[in-house]
Amino acid sequence: MNEKMNSKILRTLPREKAFYFFTSIGNYTGESATSLKEFTDKINEVNVKSLEFHFYRGDFEKWIAEVLEDKELAEQIGTLRKMSPIGEKLKNGLHRILIGRYSRLRSTF
Amino acid sequence: MKFKNNTVALDATDLRILEALQENARQTYTAIGKSLGIAHSTVYDRIKRMERHGIIKEYTAVIDAERAGAKNIIAIMTIFTDPKESDKVAEKLCEAPQILEVYTSLSEELLIIAKVVAENQESLHEFIASSVAPLPGVLRIRTSMITKKFKETRFSIANNPKQLTFIKEKSNK
Repeated sequence: MNEKMNSKILRTLPREKAFYFFTSIGNYTGESATSLKEFTDKINEVNVKSLEFHFYRGDFEKWIAEVLEDKELAEQIGTLRKMSPIGEKLKNGLHRILIGRYSRLRSTF
Repeated sequence: MKFKNNTVALDATDLRILEALQENARQTYTAIGKSLGIAHSTVYDRIKRMERHGIIKEYTAVIDAERAGAKNIIAIMTIFTDPKESDKVAEKLCEAPQILEVYTSLSEELLIIAKVVAENQESLHEFIASSVAPLPGVLRIRTSMITKKFKETRFSIANNPKQLTFIKEKSNK
């Protein structure tokens, strides 16, 4: 993967393209992320109920693949879903994948 | 009908005409006049004056959406906002066709309460996530889906008998 593509994935998005964390249909937590870095940080901060809600709807993969345009990371999250993690296991699993991916992308600069 | 501080004071006859129209806006001036014991020309004059002054805003049809086959869901959104942005958020919500009603309320925090209609839960979520949460000044949102309706009435002069009595007394002086 080249530097140009990596920097695209790491860019900061406009507010309307941010990821908005909900705990259920229509219940917005007030937390949002406009970049992969912010998304990675927020995974540790938001209520685990919100993570479970989005994870099992496929919202994380969708946003990462379609908005951040990181297909590889989206696939890694899809693989995690096959293991059906919940609660802290889900939080830790997501964070581990995201921090790993973020570090690899950053290391190319 | 009198004017005071930019508001229009209605007398007892005006209120009775409004009440009759709210019951059935399609009845004729003659029918209203007959039921109230006044001339149809009086009914006509007063209705025209109330239309001119914006007291009667419009004549509309009340549709039973369920009977008409609509399978929509209705939800009430409570939107917690930054007080500085609240009016802008409310105005923006008013532009969306999915939003049926918008109100602001000041309890412990400044809130916007809005009634929203959607085809299904997924489209409701999609609308809130893509059009409401991103509005600057929105702090968080609570949404309750309506499952059963027990009562729904529109504001009517007859719902406010205190006001009616007050103006009746005033008009008798």
